[in-house]
Amino acid sequence: MTQATAPVKTARWQQALQPLAAPALAIFTALVAGSVLIVITDEGVLEAFRTAPATAPGAMWRAITTAYGSMFEGSLGNPARIIAALQSGDPKAIAEAFFPITDSLVTATPYIFAGLAVAVGFRAGLFNIGVEGQLFIGAICSVWVGFAVKGLPAILHIPLAMLAGALGGALWAFIPAILKAKTGAHEVINTIMMNYIAFRLSEWLLGDKGPLQRPGTANPVSPFIEPSAELPRFFPDPIRFHLGFFIALGVAFLVWWFLFKTTWGFEVRTVGQNPNAAKYAGMSITRNIVIAMCLSGALAGLAGANEVQGVNHNLAYAFSSGYGFDSIALALLGKSHPAGVVGAALLFGTLRSGATRMQNIARIPVDIIDIILALVIAFIAAPAIIRFLYRLKTAGPGEGTVFTRGWGK
Amino acid sequence: MTATTTALSSKSAAEQAHLMRNRAYGVAFIVIALAMYWLFAQGVDPALISRYGLNQGTVPAAERLPDWEVPTYGTVTFLAMISAAIGAYQLARGFGRATSVMLGLIALFFVFAFLTWATRDQSINLAGMLRNMVLRAVPLTLGALSGILCERAGVVNIAIEGLMLSGAMMAAFIGSVADNLWVGVLAATLTGGLLAFVHAVLSIHYKVDQIISGTVINIFSAGITSYISSKFLQTYQELNNPGTFQNVPIPVLSKIPLIGGIFFESNIYTYGAYILLIVVHVGLFYTRWGLRVRAVGEHPKAADTLGINVFRVRYLNVVLGGLVAGFAGSYFTLGSVGRFDELMTAGRGFISLAAMIFGKWTPFGAAGASLIFGLAEALQGRLAILKVPIPSSFLLMAPYIATMIALAGLIGRAVPPAADGQPYEK
Repeated sequence: MTQATAPVKTARWQQALQPLAAPALAIFTALVAGSVLIVITDEGVLEAFRTAPATAPGAMWRAITTAYGSMFEGSLGNPARIIAALQSGDPKAIAEAFFPITDSLVTATPYIFAGLAVAVGFRAGLFNIGVEGQLFIGAICSVWVGFAVKGLPAILHIPLAMLAGALGGALWAFIPAILKAKTGAHEVINTIMMNYIAFRLSEWLLGDKGPLQRPGTANPVSPFIEPSAELPRFFPDPIRFHLGFFIALGVAFLVWWFLFKTTWGFEVRTVGQNPNAAKYAGMSITRNIVIAMCLSGALAGLAGANEVQGVNHNLAYAFSSGYGFDSIALALLGKSHPAGVVGAALLFGTLRSGATRMQNIARIPVDIIDIILALVIAFIAAPAIIRFLYRLKTAGPGEGTVFTRGWGK
Repeated sequence: MTATTTALSSKSAAEQAHLMRNRAYGVAFIVIALAMYWLFAQGVDPALISRYGLNQGTVPAAERLPDWEVPTYGTVTFLAMISAAIGAYQLARGFGRATSVMLGLIALFFVFAFLTWATRDQSINLAGMLRNMVLRAVPLTLGALSGILCERAGVVNIAIEGLMLSGAMMAAFIGSVADNLWVGVLAATLTGGLLAFVHAVLSIHYKVDQIISGTVINIFSAGITSYISSKFLQTYQELNNPGTFQNVPIPVLSKIPLIGGIFFESNIYTYGAYILLIVVHVGLFYTRWGLRVRAVGEHPKAADTLGINVFRVRYLNVVLGGLVAGFAGSYFTLGSVGRFDELMTAGRGFISLAAMIFGKWTPFGAAGASLIFGLAEALQGRLAILKVPIPSSFLLMAPYIATMIALAGLIGRAVPPAADGQPYEK
């Protein structure tokens, strides 16, 4: 609005896009690298090289387009089909045509919570690698409140179960937080340990004759939650799109408000940026570490509660959900800003959701998403690589994040 | 205040802290001793016997050792009394440098008292269990050694898990293709080194946060191994059938009763762990190379001033650590089950990391911690047989809780190398 912020008028749109350039290039480069992997492991391409090398480039192109084409069709839907369905006006056809895109939003929802969890930690200079465990404990608490409390109206039961999830996650994060604040023990190693303790705990809780195991089954799975604890869905089956998505957006807004509009948030960010300055200004490091870490854990717990109440309606034991590491990538990609995290989560929800279809159609294992994710983190964390690849000159502000300060005090 | 009085008062403060710590240890020892008696001896019928089998595998009748029978109540009480005595001496005089050895001893007594209690009126194959413990400790020890090599030079390595996983996959894949186990080992080792080199470039050259860089390696390894596994290894079974290394008894040592069967009748991985353990220990603490590495890990600026090339030392150590982790990874396929399964390392890399911290960044400490963690895994199956009312999940939590306690300094503070995790800028 004011001209003062943009000294050169033509650079204004460039300035607006500047923060997006690095993540966009990182994702693009990672997708290109992924396509190289697709090509060199594609049977058709290998066959083409063996029989008729002249057709190899065509086969390579076909392999890449089939893979990414099916991925985007699986995540966003087929445009032709959507138009045809809308023209026909048949509600069932419309539902089917829009199924992929709504399911991508369903997949993205826990990523929003989990990405916010890591981002809040980053803002306070804490590396919460324990989202995985906090999420699981949150899911356990939520499922317990969901099936054990009976006879409540949905308007109370839903928030109660979500609150239980948030509390469980916060509790699981509180232990490493207080250890960090009081003894200096590094939160990374302690949150990793807490992850494994969470897995073992849930293995016992849900396992054979465990207290939370569904009666009459030998599988490690909890009972179904009461219908009153289920997050309402907006469309008939099979569309799973539920209220959780909007809750996630609301929570993202609240996190933004907390971080940037409240005194507590200001203190948390100050402690993250310069603990010594914060201490000198009279802020309590202990208090802020505990606040930030518990908030982070609560957000992770909400991710677990969301999956229980919105999607699965029960909880099955799994050694690893995979959200923990993915959410680190999301927080980095979104530059630890709630809006950025939401964008990154939508993107990765889309990729993950589409990868399943890619596996079915193009027979590319879903694990390629992990590879792309790893490369994206590497490119975001080491912007020099991207600058080198694309001959960019300037270094962006706020580059380079350092959390590692040894394992102990 | 003059400088002398400041020095004096600070010295007495240090002594005060030392005394406090001695007291804390002493009290902890006595509490453990009491717990031992209360939990495992009190209320047990004094006539009950615990029987330990001392033969593992098939032993010729002539060489069989008789079962070892101990009275349950008497043994536990005896162990508790020794522990209490150690605690009392610690309170009164202090063991000084031997304190951590005493801590280990008391931990061992506690485990043995627990086992004796669990086996009351029953029998357990002690030799088989201890052998299992050593076998399970092997990959953990190797992983911890990998971590020590990196972190002693000041580079945090949480990528051990990923390096192991990639090593495991490459060992199975290349070992099957080449139809040669040794080629598989070589491929795994080199893969570990290569990925560690990426970690080194990211964290040393690009100064990426070392935990983020390690996370990149972990996610990438999980992705690429599962990708190749589901794309090729599951479709073409012959690509995932490398076989396993045979056990090679060491000529004289394997004939020692009890000990021989536990320690000296294994495959190359166990012996490799022994050798690397000694090599890393001697290398770090008795050679010029080791002094340089530790200098770089503690105070890189000072090391640089003395003409040590900090970057070269760090690169070299991270890659060496990667080679060791890759070798450790091949244990899972070539030393154990003979095929690759997705995510088969199942967090062993992170337990190695815990063993390294619990062992205070020393090779023998880490090996000891690995043995304790290995024992927890080995006990898991036995407890079900003995019908112990403690779920095995809780037993398996113990290593993680112990690591957190050690890191927090509640008992036996673990202090990392001073420059661990800090990128070096000239």
